[in-house]
Amino acid sequence: MFRIYCPYCGELREEEEFHPKGPAHLARPADPDNCTDEQWGDFLYFRDNPRGLHNELWVHALGCRKFFNVTRDTQTYLIKGSYRLGESPDQARTSGDQA
Amino acid sequence: MSELQTDTRVSIMNQMPEADVTARSALYFSQAATQPVFGPGQAQVFLWEDALRGQLVIRGDASNADFAKGVSSALDLALPGRLSSSASATMALLWIAPDEWLLLCDLEQAFAIETRLRDALTGHYAVINVSGGQTQIRLAGSAAASVLQKSMPYAVSDAHFPVGKVVTTALSKTQATVRRIDSTDWELTVRRSFADYAWRWLTDASREYGLHLGQPEHDET
Repeated sequence: MFRIYCPYCGELREEEEFHPKGPAHLARPADPDNCTDEQWGDFLYFRDNPRGLHNELWVHALGCRKFFNVTRDTQTYLIKGSYRLGESPDQARTSGDQA
Repeated sequence: MSELQTDTRVSIMNQMPEADVTARSALYFSQAATQPVFGPGQAQVFLWEDALRGQLVIRGDASNADFAKGVSSALDLALPGRLSSSASATMALLWIAPDEWLLLCDLEQAFAIETRLRDALTGHYAVINVSGGQTQIRLAGSAAASVLQKSMPYAVSDAHFPVGKVVTTALSKTQATVRRIDSTDWELTVRRSFADYAWRWLTDASREYGLHLGQPEHDET
């Protein structure tokens, strides 16, 4: 078990309250009707499996039900921090959100 | 695409049934099937359903001063910030998410309050009557915190969970919105479909401390 910081609740909570939702910052092809099958397939099915720091989308499913991003090390499971959608990974934090 | 529609044209209706329809709470049958194991003299845990309360979900932008002012003028309650609540004699307003609050009120008053909110609010907001969708389980007594602590991953110590705080978290294998009303008095909001599970879990978890089904005999006044 590990604890995850929810930037909306402003607290570290048990992993049990969260669900992972895959990699963050996935760019949907701007014009789906005119992209190649390969581009669309990449977007829909194929995911990187990096060793090291990875930005992921998580949802506070049993709490405030907000989506946010988590920077996590896939090798050590160390969580560097969380940041809201629209923020950049270098803003990842584990405390400090104002009420 | 058109601009965000901020003119809220919704048809609302009073959801209260006619007077001759018997209203049964979410835990009507669960309570009937549970046997109390200790009398109130020995019990350290008191468990009862705060049945058939009026419940409204209010959604809007807290940073919008008009919204916050509209809610507080309609309810005479301040819009609570993160993980907190505000309460009056008849109502309680609970923070659920950054843009969502739960109002607990008298069921008979729910429609009047909803109308009052709609009159006071403008722009992009939502008020939804969810009275039938969830119920409140009340847990009190000297061992109530111990029962909660073994049911939830969230620490319920006085420092971490002061009176008035509201936390939505896991309760065993389901979810509950937990509010600390007083030092030994807790309120759990659970979904109707999970209410029986939560009730059975809590009665079973309370047994080792001595359980009394119902409110404490002398009210803490």
